Amino acid sequence: MKRWLSKNLIKVYAFLAFVYLFIPIAYTMAFSFNNAGKSNLTWRGFTFANWQNPCGAPQVCNALGNSLKIGGIATLIATILGTMIAFALGRHRFRGRSAVNLLIFLPMATPEIVLGASLLAMFLNLGINPGFWPTVIAHVMFCISFVVVTVKARIASLDPKLEEAAMDLYATEAETFRRVTLPLVMPGIFGAALLAFSLSFDDFIITNFNSGTLTTFPKFVYISSARGIPPQANVIGSTMFILALAIVLAGQFVSSRKNRV
Amino acid sequence: MAFVAAVTKRSGAVRGIKRPSTPYLLLIPGLAWLFMFFIYPLINLAGTSTQTPADSGEVGVYVQSFRFANYIDAFSGAREQFLRSIIYALIATLLALAISYPLAYAIAFKSGKWKNLLLVLVVAPFFTSFLLRTVAWKQILGNEGPVVAVLKFLHILGPQAGLTASAFAVVTGMTYNFLPFMTLPLYASLERIDPRTLEASSDLYANGITTFRKVTFPLSLPGVVAGTLLTFIPAAGDYINATLLGNPRTKMIGNVIEARFFDIVDYPTAAALSFMLMAAILIMVMVYVRKAGTEELV
Repeated sequence: MKRWLSKNLIKVYAFLAFVYLFIPIAYTMAFSFNNAGKSNLTWRGFTFANWQNPCGAPQVCNALGNSLKIGGIATLIATILGTMIAFALGRHRFRGRSAVNLLIFLPMATPEIVLGASLLAMFLNLGINPGFWPTVIAHVMFCISFVVVTVKARIASLDPKLEEAAMDLYATEAETFRRVTLPLVMPGIFGAALLAFSLSFDDFIITNFNSGTLTTFPKFVYISSARGIPPQANVIGSTMFILALAIVLAGQFVSSRKNRV
Repeated sequence: MAFVAAVTKRSGAVRGIKRPSTPYLLLIPGLAWLFMFFIYPLINLAGTSTQTPADSGEVGVYVQSFRFANYIDAFSGAREQFLRSIIYALIATLLALAISYPLAYAIAFKSGKWKNLLLVLVVAPFFTSFLLRTVAWKQILGNEGPVVAVLKFLHILGPQAGLTASAFAVVTGMTYNFLPFMTLPLYASLERIDPRTLEASSDLYANGITTFRKVTFPLSLPGVVAGTLLTFIPAAGDYINATLLGNPRTKMIGNVIEARFFDIVDYPTAAALSFMLMAAILIMVMVYVRKAGTEELV
């Protein structure tokens, strides 16, 4: 027993770490089935009612809709802009590379509260009221850097021989890019878009500063936490969790199938 | 996952000089966005930080008067919260490192074919909302929750004592919430270690501990640096954990900045505090990165 433990200590530790990681998720999911009246803090019995009526709590689906819209638009813009920068950095030598690298790194090293407060101060100075579009602008801003580093990593991992082979076979530069480079980088772009969406969807601090009276899903949870969060919020949280997990696992499955061929 | 690999690894191949204008055309839209909505707001915030109330006395209206003493006033009013933010963030970062390192090590070296699945499982909990997770901790640590029940049963906690609304709860929440930022860079750097270097070490009669101390850990250092930074920076500026899990005596600098902005509409003080937070973090990061001897962050 003692020998087994010392040999597998690290595995036991990893298992405990996983338990720790999943306790809050188990709680969130379990309480989505809670027959809660107004406050979802204590267990009052099992029910499917919350899952059958996820929009039952006032405002919750409105907030979710706003989050999805903001996340969708911000992801689209950030992924395009970030991918362009990633190609410039990954495929070209030019003056000011290190300055660009620094500019990409800085937003990731700046606390969210500084990003949020500085943007709001600017919007107020310009006479722009916080709301939907200022929030989208803010989300694009903090997502760009994450897109750049994700796509850049994928570009750096490409085998240059594949593109050389395409050129050897008389493909033009544009054709090589369209038929070889881009498809190879695509998983990285897709991953970056997923990351950007999840960052946007989950953001609270920057959103809180720039959204004014607009409610997003995290803002809804924050505001209602004072009075008690309706179980419908747990239903939505659990659904997002299952959806994201399914997308990632499906992506892994597809890429492992491709690698086998 | 890939982004963390990129944070810890300098991009490799840069080749092929094509049309010299192409990179600039690719860069312009994205960089313009960052200039307009990241750099310019920071400059603007610097301007706000030295403003003083307008003569009209209207609430929320300020005029520029280059009053740098704003910084001194702001700091002396929030010294306690400032210090607390740094200390909480440091504790949470160290705890996250202690939890993540063995976990990342196990996934990198002991997981075999389950590696990818386990990696997904590390990130999976963070697909639920940050706020829902934090609220879940409030329930777990709450007076009706399992942790308090166990601790009371073991007589570690007195019958009247609780765990929520405390520094303990705030640090617990912070440690949990930023965990993937620690685990993923650690994994990325551990995974790149060539197993042959570890074999060579044991061939040279190093035992497990010596191999770890002299080979594995030094080679994983870029991951340790990236992970601790990616955890410490958001933790120091966070105020959600302090709001949901803390009490008035656990308020952090983020709480102060937020309250200055929204409740008191004291923009200059909020701006000055934001700048001091950013400066404090940048200075600590620079000293730390120097010490750790790795500057390959981007």
